[in-house]
Amino acid sequence: MAADPVTGAAPAKAALWRRPVFRSTVFQVLLILGVVAVANYLFTNTLQNLEQRGISTGFGFLSNEAGFGIVQSLIDYDETYTFGRTFLVGLLNTLLVSGLGIILATMIGFVMGVARLSKNWLIARIATVYIETFRNIPLLLQILFWYFAVLQPLPRPKQSLELGEMFFLNNRGFYHPVPVFEQGFNLVFAAIVVAVISIVFLARWAHRRQEETGQPFHTVYVSLAILFGLPLLVFLVMGSPMSWDYPALKGFNFTGGGVVIPELMSLLLALSIYTGSFIAEAVRSGILAVSHGQTEAAHALGLRAGPTLRLVIIPQAMRVIIPQLTSQYLNLTKNSSLATAVGYPDLVAVFAGTTLNQTGQAVEVIAMTMGVYLTISLSISTFMNWYNKKKQLVER
Amino acid sequence: MNSAAGDMDAFVQPHFLKNLILTSTRGNNRTMKKIVLATSALAFCAAVSTTAFAGATLDAVKKKGFLQCGVTTGLPGFSSPDDKGNWTGLDVDTCRAVAAAVFGDAQKVKFTPLTAKERFTALQSGEIDILSRNTTWTLTRDSSLGLNFAGVNYYDGQGFLVSKNLGVKSALELDGASFCIQAGTTTELNLADYFRANKMAYTPITFDTSDETSKAFDAGRCDALTSDQSQLYALRIKLKNPDGAMVLPEVISKEPLGPVVRQGDDEWFNIVRWTLFAMLNAEEYGVTSENVDKMAASSKDPNILRLLGQSGIKGQGLQLSDTWAASIIKQVGNYGEMFERNVGQGSALKISRGLNALWSKGGIQYGPPVR
Repeated sequence: MAADPVTGAAPAKAALWRRPVFRSTVFQVLLILGVVAVANYLFTNTLQNLEQRGISTGFGFLSNEAGFGIVQSLIDYDETYTFGRTFLVGLLNTLLVSGLGIILATMIGFVMGVARLSKNWLIARIATVYIETFRNIPLLLQILFWYFAVLQPLPRPKQSLELGEMFFLNNRGFYHPVPVFEQGFNLVFAAIVVAVISIVFLARWAHRRQEETGQPFHTVYVSLAILFGLPLLVFLVMGSPMSWDYPALKGFNFTGGGVVIPELMSLLLALSIYTGSFIAEAVRSGILAVSHGQTEAAHALGLRAGPTLRLVIIPQAMRVIIPQLTSQYLNLTKNSSLATAVGYPDLVAVFAGTTLNQTGQAVEVIAMTMGVYLTISLSISTFMNWYNKKKQLVER
Repeated sequence: MNSAAGDMDAFVQPHFLKNLILTSTRGNNRTMKKIVLATSALAFCAAVSTTAFAGATLDAVKKKGFLQCGVTTGLPGFSSPDDKGNWTGLDVDTCRAVAAAVFGDAQKVKFTPLTAKERFTALQSGEIDILSRNTTWTLTRDSSLGLNFAGVNYYDGQGFLVSKNLGVKSALELDGASFCIQAGTTTELNLADYFRANKMAYTPITFDTSDETSKAFDAGRCDALTSDQSQLYALRIKLKNPDGAMVLPEVISKEPLGPVVRQGDDEWFNIVRWTLFAMLNAEEYGVTSENVDKMAASSKDPNILRLLGQSGIKGQGLQLSDTWAASIIKQVGNYGEMFERNVGQGSALKISRGLNALWSKGGIQYGPPVR
């Protein structure tokens, strides 16, 4: 406490309960005690009630045999695996659709956001119509539209649309050949790793050279050449150690090859097109936030339109775009739980659906599911905050 | 969720809260984050524990004046609403019979449509008083869900519905086929067992409601639809071209379907169980909705007199009125009437009695004596 401005005398020491530090500490301790007490009460009360009603509790059910099949799994799974395994299968399916959705939505969003600002009347109108249409239709309707109106009316397996006897599209999904790696293919993977590492060094070298001499280097083209050329060379030298497994109609369905089920396709299309329209608007707002003087200055320095956008506008626009992008990514991930509407086996459909119903342990299952979404969302937001910090204006 | 926020407010006066937020935002915002986390955890627990143990279901039902009954989201023959919102079906009539026994009025029922996934949680949490929703009696469900099966109102078995132009005559020819199934059912488990036992491959496509499964089957998303046989007939009449589809002869499982109640309330359990038995006994003794009044007045058969509350223990043991069984029979009918009206010859499904005939007529439906 400061001295009294009028009398200049030191103030009398305030009573203990009037001191701000003491008060705030006491109140915080009381609050935390209260929170703990309520949480403890709710927890024990729930357990007691569950026991009283003869409902099984605990996580022991996770090691019981599941006994049901799942249409799509990224890891080995059949009905002899455990309920714990169904959790992993569902989780991976959720991560798959969210991950692919985020990549696709970002690509669509950036292209459409820039296109909406295009000077070309047609391109700008097309982007506007896309954004305004898909942004304003509820997501669930879009998922159902893609599933029931677009993918279900496709021909049946025997009348599949085909491309060169390798790709087949029918109402059971999109069937494609998958590569079968043979002995010696490991070297090709090694070549890819070597290519990536050398590209990193190349980019550093090119950057340094440009700083020193002002000479630009075609990093992108050379990188692409290394990335594809080196593995291809190794591949040919090793005598093409790879074959293809083609899908073929056998009995009722196609066997062999790989399949993208229509449930995944419809969900992915709807999620990425819907979220893409929001990202497009975020991109547009970011670009418009960069003052026009920046463009003029870049032109005055002799930069053409492409490099101006890439080197001047986008880096500055990113500072506005990233926070909005983060919340769109979070939305997309959480919206992926609408999968259950079309029967895509995501975490909510498989684990919080079938597994919950077969075991009846609603409290445990829902808590785990909520925990997963919380973890995914917090991870995305942590990563995006780190990225945002990196892209923020560094004041010198 | 709101209640938890309310609890928090009661604990913390606004003044305190302001103080807390100020200090926490000024310093690091970790404290705030922790508090937000704790609040959400609390809200979750509150959602689970708000419904305290319900105690005597009968008293609660009488007090609110109607029976809350969980049914399907629409399955012809068992529970489906018409265009005016009136529910009909075998499962619906089972609930109406319980209402007739408790209130003497079969109309005092409200129906909650539930998907297969939602049904047990709805009963456990006290949202409904009785689950009459085409539900198979199994060991797991009876022993670990805190529920009791009160009886069997329909003996069923799982079968397959296929398109005729598939050219399949037996389920054993379905190797490699894909199946439309309803999620969270014993059907999912039986299908897996059957294909494993016969060393065949299959692809399950699971949907939330039986309506979605039949829509997907209609669109050709799967080769076959698998479900309880009774449902297959019901779903078949809803297809675009019912004559293009057929039910295969194999029955791959036992599916005893019946009403379910919460465990721990024996009084309520007895009422539901004996409602079913009363209807079976009524059919056995030839008491129908038309002749029940006459029988009560003039029958000389002591079995019938005991059933209709003219002698014996009457409604005493169940804590119901003496005419509880008479009300059921008068307003809903005996088991045979209920069966024929909803799924039998009087319905579009035309399912024969089979296992569901009385024990005296070659079936296995059997009502213990009323005495």
